[in-house]
Amino acid sequence: MDASIFIWSRLQFAMTAAYHWLFVPLTLGLSMVMAIMETMYVVKKDEFWKKAAKFWMKVFAINFAVGIATGIILEFEFGTNWSNYSWFVGDLFGAPLAIEGIIAFFMEATFFAVMFFGWNKVSKKFHLASTWLTGIGATISAYWILVANGWMQNPVGTTFNPDTVRSEMASSSAFWEVISNPMAVDKFFHSVLNGWFVGGTFVLGMSCWFLLKKREIKFAKKSALIGAIVGAIGVFGGFISGDRSGVNAAELQPMKLAASEGLWDGGRRAAFSVVPGVEVPGVLSFLATHDFNGYVPGINDIISGYASNNGEVIPSAEEKIQMGKTAIAALKGYRENRDSNPAVAAEYRQVLEQNEKYLGYGYLDSPEELIPNVPLVYWSFRLMIGFGMVGILLFILAFIALHKDKLQDWKWLLWLGIITIPMAYLSGQFGWVVAEVGRQPWTIQGLLPVKAAISSLSVGAVKTTFFVFLGVFALFLVIEIRIMIQAFRKGPEIDEAVPVVPNNE
Amino acid sequence: MTLEFLQSYWWILVALLAGLLVFLMFVQGANVALLDGKYDQARKRMIINSTGRKWELTFTTLVTFGGAFFASFPLFYSTSFGGAYWVWMLILLTFVFQAVSYEFQNKKNNLLGSRAFQIFLVINGILAPLLIGAAVGTFFTGSDFTVNKEAISNIGEPMERIISSWGNSWHGLETVVNLHAMLLGLSVVSLTMILGNLYMLNNIEDEMVEKEARKTIVACTVPFLAFFLTWLVILLVRPGFAVDMEGNIFMEKSKYLHNFLQMPVVLVMFIVGVAGVLAGIGAGMFSKSRKGIWPAGIGTVLVVMALFFIAGFNNTAYYPSSTDLQSSLTIANSSSSAFTLKVMFFVSLFIPFVLAYIMYAWHAMDKKHITKDEIEETPEKY
Ligand code: HDD
Ligand code: HEM
Ligand code: HEM
Repeated sequence: MDASIFIWSRLQFAMTAAYHWLFVPLTLGLSMVMAIMETMYVVKKDEFWKKAAKFWMKVFAINFAVGIATGIILEFEFGTNWSNYSWFVGDLFGAPLAIEGIIAFFMEATFFAVMFFGWNKVSKKFHLASTWLTGIGATISAYWILVANGWMQNPVGTTFNPDTVRSEMASSSAFWEVISNPMAVDKFFHSVLNGWFVGGTFVLGMSCWFLLKKREIKFAKKSALIGAIVGAIGVFGGFISGDRSGVNAAELQPMKLAASEGLWDGGRRAAFSVVPGVEVPGVLSFLATHDFNGYVPGINDIISGYASNNGEVIPSAEEKIQMGKTAIAALKGYRENRDSNPAVAAEYRQVLEQNEKYLGYGYLDSPEELIPNVPLVYWSFRLMIGFGMVGILLFILAFIALHKDKLQDWKWLLWLGIITIPMAYLSGQFGWVVAEVGRQPWTIQGLLPVKAAISSLSVGAVKTTFFVFLGVFALFLVIEIRIMIQAFRKGPEIDEAVPVVPNNE
Repeated sequence: MTLEFLQSYWWILVALLAGLLVFLMFVQGANVALLDGKYDQARKRMIINSTGRKWELTFTTLVTFGGAFFASFPLFYSTSFGGAYWVWMLILLTFVFQAVSYEFQNKKNNLLGSRAFQIFLVINGILAPLLIGAAVGTFFTGSDFTVNKEAISNIGEPMERIISSWGNSWHGLETVVNLHAMLLGLSVVSLTMILGNLYMLNNIEDEMVEKEARKTIVACTVPFLAFFLTWLVILLVRPGFAVDMEGNIFMEKSKYLHNFLQMPVVLVMFIVGVAGVLAGIGAGMFSKSRKGIWPAGIGTVLVVMALFFIAGFNNTAYYPSSTDLQSSLTIANSSSSAFTLKVMFFVSLFIPFVLAYIMYAWHAMDKKHITKDEIEETPEKY
């Protein structure tokens, strides 16, 4: 058997996750746009808003279906491709997935059906509630999955139990620690707001397209405004929560931070790199420690060991690996002796507990394995922020244009609106690359490296499913885009000749 | 709450989710009718829209079943999913195709044409119940795997520190020649087709659909009874995987028969469940009633739960290894910690609330039956 099994399993997981994330943000963002529109309809009793909401719901439904189809693959893949992982952390990790199903997915699925099919079947108020509940369900589901993902980045609340050979929640506050993990909370805001950014940009951009074609003018302008509001909240909030994510990474995943800055040699007054060659001294220290003179370790420092800002001595990678191997050997000794020779077992257990913190390092063969793909993380980080800045620019201009009622005339802005759509998507994709590639080689930070998380499969088997999924995803994407284009060609067909009740804005 | 109590509690919930899942696979069973040459396009459209308002419930139940199993019995998740790789991947693929087919099948520009997507629905309609049924069938026959927790302290080759490994490179496909398990798979396929047609009777108002559905119920009942009774007889006489006081696994003659006799409540559940299914079938075949789906559906849930109970309770190994008996999974040796199960216990208190709003929404949406006119008039449809 071949070691590259974990490369293929990673590729498969990354591909599925990235593909899922093409649909998730639009679900999150668009659900807000349609809920706002339907609320306008119920409040103002103006058929226009009903038709507008219905149009975006149609788009939502096309996107939602593929989002659901890809989500289930991810959930099953934990078991199929990360078998050791599923046992090693299953005591904790399964719970958020189950809670997500019970609390969020049923809410989404039930009320989506009412929202989509129920126009003539349920009362106006019940329908409106269903639309909101669909979006709220999606947002709750985001929270639980990010509790799971946040725990992988910062495994709080658990200890290793040598009797069951897995991480377990032990103290009575453990569950609370897991669900209030700062990593999870900040990721929740950062990711959901990314969804609003994508959804808002999508609605604004497609409205620009209608305006360029001189179609559905009223619908396009109103949609553009709501899209711009949702998107602007998303992108501004994204900057604030992104800063929080950066501080978390500095504290809990210094290697990720160093990689995303391309910082090989750290120190005090560390500079923030805008692009290679353009550096602002002290800013990185400030961002990471909120002190211009704070110490930020570089990649080399993390490998060779350093003293952290508060004076704690961090061992070198070599030492961590040694302690990890000691822990694993002690685990073995403990298990061999626990029935026959309790006294010896107790000694082993003590050694294990002393070195437990570094258990996962024992599976690594060399310190270099601790360094993620630096150029990939570095550039992804810049592209994420860069595309976010384009978004800010777009929304500011769009508000000005809408305020002056000039949006339909500023052709260049209409085009900017359209080309920002792919950029919004990419900012989120690159964000995930920072988050996930930046934490390599760990599936669970410091606890379980990818190499120890796999299933006992042949490389051929995983390669086969990888290419099958690749083909299926490509096919679905092509179909989905064709159907979307068709939906936009047709448009909302709001009859402009029918006088609409003037609304008092 | 003791660990034993929590393990049993979660096994009951997993069984309940499994029962609901098999019942809700009436969606799959009804979709098989799309293959039928007797229905014209308009009627196929009615069928797709009828199941189309329910499929997400089935899907979400599958997702939650997976999540709940993972949370409460993670060793099953890592052993079966990672081991019977191809079976689970196939189940996944058919559901993935199903999920997009509803939305795509009737849209312009959908590249493959609506027939192709209907065929995907049919493939899912047959394969999903077959594979899920056969997978549960292996709960009674055993599978080819080993579990070795010492592996984790191997620091050498990555492949040598994997705790659960499958014994053959078919990774689950070998179940095809496991006759006993396949009989259960085939029973589930025919049962879901019966349920599907009972559901169509209940949900669609159309004379021809009614006539055809009643015919299909008759046609499926014969194989269903043949497969299921054969499977049941073999089950009752075959040796089962029992657990002794120390947690050692051994083979016991007629173990599953003993389980029924030693747990009379489960036996009663099973009998009531079977009676419910038969009553539902009877209503579909011999009367004008359109409500057969209810007794048959509740009966299905009870039967599936009873089968999970004889697989896992009364000192039985529910996921046995035929290769290495001592590797077999029991609800005691494969569960999460008491702490996690307790947290999840509190989460499970949400379930009645979830069921309540699902029933409320279902009721509100199904007050009117689906008719040809309705499908033609409403713009919101698949
Ligand atoms: C921040 C948000 C977010 C993230 C990071 C993920 N998902 Fe997701 N997921 C959603 C947000 C979401 C959603 C918005 O709630 C979806 C998208 C479309 C939909 O219907 O719900 C969804 C659907 C969805 C479904 C189908 C639910 C159903 O039956 O209705 C499953 C099983 C998963 N996801 C599982 C996962 C797993 C295992 C992930 C990680 C590895 C994951 N998702 C990442
Ligand atoms: C949907 C957004 C996500 C994206 C775009 C994403 C992206 C990625 C990428 C790029 C990798 C590969 C890293 C590499 O091979 O170097 C990866 C791996 C992985 N991610 Fe994510 N991820 C997402 C969500 C999640 C979530 C929510 C979880 C957990 C709940 C998760 C868990 C994992 C795991 C287990 C792996 C494989 C092991 C590993 O390589 O670390 N991912 N993901
Ligand atoms: C509005 C533009 C932005 C978008 C759309 C965006 C999107 C994302 C997404 C989707 C993720 C993955 C989810 C997560 O880990 O939370 C991510 C990660 C991250 N983002 Fe952003 N981001 C934006 C701006 C920023 C800014 C301005 C910063 C920093 C000041 C930032 C810092 C980070 C960090 C540090 C991570 C990794 C977090 C981790 O690994 O846990 N982001 N981004």
